[in-house]
Amino acid sequence: MAKAIEIKRLNKWFGSYQALKDIDLNVSHGERIVICGPSGSGKSTLIRCINSLEHHDSGEITVDDIELSQNKASIAAIGAEVGMVFQQFNLFPHLSVLQNLTLGPTKVRGLSRSEAEERAMRILERVQIPEQAHKQPSELSGGQQQRVAIARSLCMEPKIMLFDEPTSALDPEMIAEVLDVIVDLAEDGMTMIVVTHEMGFARRAADRMVFMDKGEIIEMGAPKDFFEAPKTNRCKTFLNQILQH
Amino acid sequence: MTIRTFSILFLCLLLAGCASSGTWGWYVIDPTTKQGYNNIRFLLNGFGATILLSIIAAVLSMCIGLIVALPGMSHNRWLRMPSRIYIEFIRAIPLLPMLFWVFYGLPVVLKSMGINANIDAFWGAIITLAISDSAFTAEIYRSGIQSINKGQTEAAKTIGLNYSQTMRYVILPQAIKRILPPLANQFIYIVKMSAFASVIGMQELTRRANELVVTEYRPLEIYTLLILEYLVLVLIISFGVRWLERKMGADESK
Repeated sequence: MAKAIEIKRLNKWFGSYQALKDIDLNVSHGERIVICGPSGSGKSTLIRCINSLEHHDSGEITVDDIELSQNKASIAAIGAEVGMVFQQFNLFPHLSVLQNLTLGPTKVRGLSRSEAEERAMRILERVQIPEQAHKQPSELSGGQQQRVAIARSLCMEPKIMLFDEPTSALDPEMIAEVLDVIVDLAEDGMTMIVVTHEMGFARRAADRMVFMDKGEIIEMGAPKDFFEAPKTNRCKTFLNQILQH
Repeated sequence: MTIRTFSILFLCLLLAGCASSGTWGWYVIDPTTKQGYNNIRFLLNGFGATILLSIIAAVLSMCIGLIVALPGMSHNRWLRMPSRIYIEFIRAIPLLPMLFWVFYGLPVVLKSMGINANIDAFWGAIITLAISDSAFTAEIYRSGIQSINKGQTEAAKTIGLNYSQTMRYVILPQAIKRILPPLANQFIYIVKMSAFASVIGMQELTRRANELVVTEYRPLEIYTLLILEYLVLVLIISFGVRWLERKMGADESK
């Protein structure tokens, strides 16, 4: 079976600064990957390239057997199959929670309003906030907003989910409720890549850990080996720093 | 507050007129006399043309402005450049010369292209006002749209919306609240600039005032009334916009 995501010798520059250096990464269907690393290491840039929010400069990205070139049609085809959750939620503030969830399904998937609302309610149940359906995003707590953002992605029934530091903008007491939703998705077999500093979550949910620094993948492995026996010094230092607290 | 300012201003002028009958001759537009009544009717009849002219020109300007503004924000410089050139070029032309060019010059250009079109004063004024103003509305759209967080566009993209869907369902509904006040300003500007249409013979407020001045020799009273006519129009628009803003604001906080 083909891989869900295949990345070959991916390079990305911002001006003269090289954000990604020769990245090779394959993700199988149903695999859960956690990417960690110091800030500025290219983690976010990498997953933003996967759903073409950033254009890569060289190398190949193949998502679900479709190669991501600069070709607009391929980008559009993949756009709806890859869900993305942002650090800053990015909910549409002028729409209610329910409208946030039904916008994509009605306009892109061609569902009727009632079908889309039915699906939206089912997914809101799943992220445990069905009672918030008719509120505006601004009336919700950060944790609730992030769960709506996850639900909004799920309403498109994506094959792959990308999470870009989904809990970094949250107050500590709200982190757990969001992580629980992501773990629930992981247990359901969703292919996902999560950029996060939540190492407890990583141990619990990841099939594979990826450590990045300065635009390169430094180390990759099963969580058990990764946490207990990191091979490189850079990785050891990083783990020491974040696990101390 | 504006109502009070307006009524005080109006009263002052009226009192000044009554107090020193030597300087003011309000009889010329006194509705209780037959001549005054006819005169005032003649002047007020210009409202229709001014309002129609302004509304059509403003609607056209908003449409052209959006069409110019959208490619102006593209990543592709070949799409961006025509928009930039249009804005810089149109913005640099004063209204009156442009009006002359459209009214006297454009039919000649069209004729040389084999189109026999006579541009009357009404459409000449509308075309000029709309095009001249569109450069400014385009800039208003651009600043309004660019003020919306980039994350909104990205989120729209990740749920598969294409460019026009993103604009229509996500960006413009949010930008409109920020665009509305400067757009209203621009509308007021159009109402005032429509007075220039008088020089090409358009029978609007200013033209009628000019014509009456020529027959009645009472410029002070007639032009005072003319100013008040524009004041009333602009105040009505201001109130309308204020109401609209409040209504949209209420929707948002609900």
